[in-house]
Amino acid sequence: MMLPLLRHARYVLSENPVTGLAFGLFALFMVAALFGPLLAPYDPLQSNAAMALKPPSAAHWFGTDQLGRDIFSRVLVATRLDLTIAFASVILAFMLGALSGVAAGYFGGWTDQIVGRLADTIMAFPLFVLAMGIVAALGNEVINIVIATAIINFPLYARVARAEANVRREAGFVEAARLSGNGETRVLLGHILPNIMPIMMVQMSLTMGYAILNAAGLSFIGLGVRPPDAEWGIMVAEGANFIQSGEWWIALFPGAALMLAVFCFNLLGDGLRDIIDPRMRT
Amino acid sequence: MLNLLLSRLATAIPSIVGVVVVTFMLTRLLPGDPAAYFAGLAASPQAIAEIRTKLGLDKSLPEQFVAYVGDLLQGNLGNSLSTGQPVVTEIATRLPASAELTLFALIVAVGIAIPLGVLAAVKQGTWVDHLCRIVTTAGVSLPVFFTGLLLAYVFYYLLQWAPAPTGRLDIFLSPPPDITGFYLIDSLLSGNLETFWSALRQLALPAISMAIFSLAPLARMTRGSMLAVLGSDFIRTARASGLSPRTVVFTYAFRNAVLPVITTLGMVFSFLLGANVLVETVFAWPGIGLYAVNALITSDYAPVQGFVLTMAVLYVTLNLTIDFVYGLVDPRVRLES
Amino acid sequence: MTAIPALAVEDLSVEFRTRSGVVKVLEHVGFSVDKGETVALVGESGSGKSVTAFAVMGILDAAGKVTSGRAMFGGSDLLALSERDLAEQRGRELSMIFQNPRTALNPIRRVGRQIADVLVRHGGATRNDAPQAAIAMLKKVRIPDPERRAEAYPFELSGGMCQRIMIAIALACRPALLIADEPTTGLDVTTQAVIMDLIGELAGESGMATIFITHDLALAAEYCDRIVVMHAGHIVEAAPGRALFDHARHPYSAKLLAATPGETVSLEALASIPGGLPDLRRPDLPPCRYSGRCERRTEACDQPLPQRIVGDHHVVACWNPL
Ligand SMILES: Nc1ncnc2c1ncn2[C@@H]1O[C@H](COP(=O)(O)OP(=O)(O)O)[C@@H](O)[C@H]1O
Ligand code: SF4
Ligand SMILES: [Mg+2]
Repeated sequence: MMLPLLRHARYVLSENPVTGLAFGLFALFMVAALFGPLLAPYDPLQSNAAMALKPPSAAHWFGTDQLGRDIFSRVLVATRLDLTIAFASVILAFMLGALSGVAAGYFGGWTDQIVGRLADTIMAFPLFVLAMGIVAALGNEVINIVIATAIINFPLYARVARAEANVRREAGFVEAARLSGNGETRVLLGHILPNIMPIMMVQMSLTMGYAILNAAGLSFIGLGVRPPDAEWGIMVAEGANFIQSGEWWIALFPGAALMLAVFCFNLLGDGLRDIIDPRMRT
Repeated sequence: MLNLLLSRLATAIPSIVGVVVVTFMLTRLLPGDPAAYFAGLAASPQAIAEIRTKLGLDKSLPEQFVAYVGDLLQGNLGNSLSTGQPVVTEIATRLPASAELTLFALIVAVGIAIPLGVLAAVKQGTWVDHLCRIVTTAGVSLPVFFTGLLLAYVFYYLLQWAPAPTGRLDIFLSPPPDITGFYLIDSLLSGNLETFWSALRQLALPAISMAIFSLAPLARMTRGSMLAVLGSDFIRTARASGLSPRTVVFTYAFRNAVLPVITTLGMVFSFLLGANVLVETVFAWPGIGLYAVNALITSDYAPVQGFVLTMAVLYVTLNLTIDFVYGLVDPRVRLES
Repeated sequence: MTAIPALAVEDLSVEFRTRSGVVKVLEHVGFSVDKGETVALVGESGSGKSVTAFAVMGILDAAGKVTSGRAMFGGSDLLALSERDLAEQRGRELSMIFQNPRTALNPIRRVGRQIADVLVRHGGATRNDAPQAAIAMLKKVRIPDPERRAEAYPFELSGGMCQRIMIAIALACRPALLIADEPTTGLDVTTQAVIMDLIGELAGESGMATIFITHDLALAAEYCDRIVVMHAGHIVEAAPGRALFDHARHPYSAKLLAATPGETVSLEALASIPGGLPDLRRPDLPPCRYSGRCERRTEACDQPLPQRIVGDHHVVACWNPL
């Protein structure tokens, strides 16, 4: 199982060097997320009125913001918060979606009805707008961005998991597990769930980019993350005030980091899909 | 046809019910005391108590829900704290601005995405195809508020081609008479070309930002669907009958390929309505998105609720329309119902 | 017999480029069809019958390439024509009908219009009288209530009806050659016979040459003057139907016939021939692509295959024919 998969992965990478690039970017972001605070040349929160609004220079690669804080350090340090929000929401969406989706597909009947109706109701909203409403209602906290992002991603996971579980319900290995005296829950968690993991992994990397965008969008309009915390969306929002006066660097660098991160995860998702599920190639 | 309409309407009912229930729940989810929240930060205990009885928060949940639905049926979304005005009227006056922006963005997106997707499919593997792939991947990766800022910087600050990114119209011009609420249309109807031109210039950058963002699913779907159709049996028949490449690609392939693209429009609208909020913030566009964001900043809760509900109802209606149009266009659906 | 060939295919080779290498799908394929004659192209699934037809029509997939050969038709080589000139011929001088008539028609265009499109394209009718001409064609393929059916979409019609529409499209401009690629597969037995009779009758009326592609030897024998047997992209034997049934000379043809008694040899029987088709991607394919399955194989079989004339219009490509 593992070896052919690796060989296939090597094939996909050689076919599509862009995926290789995405893996490289991903590594870079991981380093920034893990060691960002150690690598940052300045304290991201330290303001310095004398150095306010300085364009990029040798000392301040990405320039400084209106409070004289070093933008490079802030962009670097923000990586951890942005990626954590996205990861956490994707994992939460996966747990909610995969479990309820698998149960819906496996048991059918009213379980299926309820999960389906729930997913449909969420999908009846423009997703970003629903996320706004949820954060506004739950309170202006980072954790609520995670929850809102997870909720709007939930239907995607539930649907994929439901379809996969439905197909596998009658599969031989499930039948065998059931005959050897496993209870329904055991079969579900021990046999069906592991089998749909690869496709759920693809789904997770495909929605990572969207989760990052969504979280940054929420903080851009002032939800969740609060100043002076370094976060890409809020940094772009701060920089927005200076665009009309030509101080482009304040918004550009966090925005570019955001864009690269989303781009990286989107490419990664596509690449991972090719590796894990060549059928889905378009 | 009537059957089709009725059957589509029937499918929208559960969605509307779900939307109403969810927005109701959102108002009850408020951490702490919802009455304090709705009363605003500076409210006195009496004011809060007043709000509590006024909103019926002292009653049981089912009773509250009935009251909520009753209010909705009468078109009552509560009042804005900061202005004291009914939320319904405030949203209604701002809706045309958002609608004009969103629809214009959709037209731009469709106008670019569909030809791009068709070309990418017809010339699969060539530079157009690669361009399409890059545009679609980059398009969904660009945060729409960032694109907006970049465009504003380049076209307003650097090149000075675009007007200042604030509002729907040059500040020295007065809005056209209110006929449809769309400045582009109203200015033309009243024959005022200067206003039209100004409105178009103001609209261009925000609409393009939104279009770039929502282009990707359209182009991707067009390409994929066109490829699938071009490889299908009936295209082989058309080629075997010697029909010209034009007829094969446009009359035979494209008309079939566009059907799945129509269904993608639902997702595109979800993108657009979300992006709308961010773009209105960037370009100070006086629509309902900006209204909601301003209300959020001042913890004015009723407008936010009203906004979420309005957007959801709009979205359900749009999906309904898309479904209905699809049914009209595809004879297999039209004749079956 | 007056033998004026309507189509003469010579030395046709086709390759497909795939992810896993180049597939030599056809090699040195040659056969001809005379005016008014019906020739069957027979072989198990995957033997290259459709590819042969597509190559002649010039509608191969982008991955497919003609690497050698000629297809002489009406004084010109179809394989050498520009796409533009070939498109002029298609649907007017040479036509094709396909398996699965329901998917072979445009699902969202009224069938009458689909016939009219071909008529208008080839000058068979003006835009104004095309609808009437289309209805006349529907009448000709014996569709009841043609005025109403012209307004129908394919999904409203049965498989048999759709195949008649396909025939109407193909024959609308009175072509000199019709290629019918498994036109009755997937239809029930009665409809099969009706469709075959219809094709035969219309072909007979206009003196049209017909290539009938099938894996059903019985059907081939019943409706065709000659049978050409294909195996793995080679033509292994060509003979008048009777001669083939009386004395098949190629081991593969013989197996095909012997597998089932009587004249009801069909696809199921092919499965009982040992081994499968060889992997056409292999660079070291033997000259005889049947040798891996053949019981008569000798040393000689490693030499390039001969074309042995063993009777009147009877050719076999084998070193040790029966
Ligand atoms: N587009 C293609 N790409 C690669 N191989 C193909 C393609 N089309 C046909 N082939 C190969 O050509 C061979 C002959 O196919 P075909 O002519 O369809 O057989 P049949 O005799 O059943 O009509 C098959 O082995 C098939 O795999
Ligand atoms: S050439 Fe040889 S191997 Fe091929 S069919 Fe004839 S006897 Fe068999
Ligand atoms: Mg075939």
